[in-house]
Amino acid sequence: MQPTGLTPVLDDRSRFLRSLVVRGLAGGNRGHVGSSLSPIEILRVLYDDVLRHDPENPDWRERDRCILSKGHGCLALYAILVDKGYFGAEELDSFCKTDGILGGHPERGKVPGVEASTGALGHGLSIGLGMALAARMQKRPSRVFVVMGDGEINEGSVWEAALCAGKHRLSNLCALVDYNKIQSAGPTAEIQDLEPLADKWKAFGFATAEVDGHDVAALRALLTRLPLDARKPTAVICHTVKGKGFPFAENNAKWHHHTNFDRQVIADMESAVGGPS
Amino acid sequence: MRKACLDMVYQLARKDPRVVFIGSDLSPGLLQEMKDEMPERWYMEGVTEANVIGMSAGMAMDGYMPFVNTIATFITRRCYEQVALDLCLHHLPVRLIANGGGLVYAPLGPTHLAVEDIAIMRALPNMTVTAAVDAEEMKRLMEATLSWPHPIYIRLAKGGDPIVSRPENGFELGKAIVMKRATAREPVLLIGCGVMTNRALLAADLLESKGVATEVIHVHTIKPLDDALILERAERAAGVFTLEEHTVIGGLGSAVVDLLVDELGQRMPPIKKMGLADQFQTHYGSQDSLLELGGLQPPQIAARVEETLRRPYVASGSAAFSLQASRSA
Repeated sequence: MQPTGLTPVLDDRSRFLRSLVVRGLAGGNRGHVGSSLSPIEILRVLYDDVLRHDPENPDWRERDRCILSKGHGCLALYAILVDKGYFGAEELDSFCKTDGILGGHPERGKVPGVEASTGALGHGLSIGLGMALAARMQKRPSRVFVVMGDGEINEGSVWEAALCAGKHRLSNLCALVDYNKIQSAGPTAEIQDLEPLADKWKAFGFATAEVDGHDVAALRALLTRLPLDARKPTAVICHTVKGKGFPFAENNAKWHHHTNFDRQVIADMESAVGGPS
Repeated sequence: MRKACLDMVYQLARKDPRVVFIGSDLSPGLLQEMKDEMPERWYMEGVTEANVIGMSAGMAMDGYMPFVNTIATFITRRCYEQVALDLCLHHLPVRLIANGGGLVYAPLGPTHLAVEDIAIMRALPNMTVTAAVDAEEMKRLMEATLSWPHPIYIRLAKGGDPIVSRPENGFELGKAIVMKRATAREPVLLIGCGVMTNRALLAADLLESKGVATEVIHVHTIKPLDDALILERAERAAGVFTLEEHTVIGGLGSAVVDLLVDELGQRMPPIKKMGLADQFQTHYGSQDSLLELGGLQPPQIAARVEETLRRPYVASGSAAFSLQASRSA
């Protein structure tokens, strides 16, 4: 599938989740803007429709695990965790602050619902496959979902993990690539081309699918019928738009990370998502 | 020592369902009995150090105690970020079994020598760093891992090393062992880790034969360091000498010096760190031949101790200051 740029118009729920991201950006006066907006529908569908999880009991042994391996997109994860009740929205006001629990990268043990401390890229898939193997050994039904960035999968460790997951035929493991096509330095096509991306995952032993990563119905239809192959891990290439939902930031590498927002920028962000949360 | 260590993985796995073995492309048939008896807890992965560390972290997060095994230099340098973040930041009970710590792979050259492993592992919060002296102590160390909730680096020696540890000394992670006591008031204190403790004992015999009272402490756990025992013995010593098959930067010697500087101040005894120079090895040969080149065999150790003790010792800050002033002049 080639990206068309014609991703669906965001519905109220997607705009609400983005308003929580804006609250975090305003709270910390900094953050990875574009990187936190592209994976929102992926995480929304996972937490709404796919994951077996219990916000009242984040350590429930039988739960499915979701690792945001591209930890710099943490505001997207914090937004959905707030929405699900893992912690209160007021924590977003202390984003990146000394006494806050929400750092610029998510930390296990500090933030309820966060499965792994990520931020250094290329760690999540290996941790996730270890969890998937643990579930297999313990005969638990738990599945593991690992959301990675496109820049992140430049890392060699990701492909070590992919080799290993393919070898172990981990059908309870799903790798999702937030393929927004812009890494920190610029377009992935220029900095480190990943194509043919689905073929790469297929060659490493994954069943693969491609989907519009902002199309909630399409994501739901796909992710609720996993595994795609009962003897393989799954890789889902989610075609997304960096900065999705903020017209001034969409597909703009300059909005990868931003600090010191002026009041008008915050107002523009709030306006784009229908007002403050 | 390697065989004793890996046999213990199997023995521990038989009695503790948390124990998992993960190798990174090791010898064919390794731990075959374990593989036959409990194949679901025996993993032999490819040459993927970064991945196996992350994988072990994921398993440990869900209740397992993985023992990860490969060559020392690869399990430390190659995947340092995974060890730092996946294991130490998450504070998980993963054990790193490091084949050929120090100069064991001398014939294979500097790519295979792990002579800064203790330094870089020691620098990581939550990490425990160990270097047993012989195979019998390794068994006791492995037994102790089951009740230790932190990540552990287990440095292995060459194998076939003389047995100098004694069961009556017991074994507790983080507790050093006095291997040889001296009754004299101000003995020389040799502090060793790994197989250097064996050489320290031989050097002590040489020194005592010349009338130099010598005490030997074995530090099988470099981190956490047994501060209390080392301070107690160092305070009464005529000189403190640390011995390690490791660069003099950041290893046992540095740990001991840091402790003494922090705690003894003006009461510091003369101290000398004996280890490998800050350079890549330029020779092959054997562990013993490279130790010899580094001045770390027992007769050399004894001679260096005597030479150090003969030197006038400048203890006060003012004396050191005047030395610098005279140089400027």
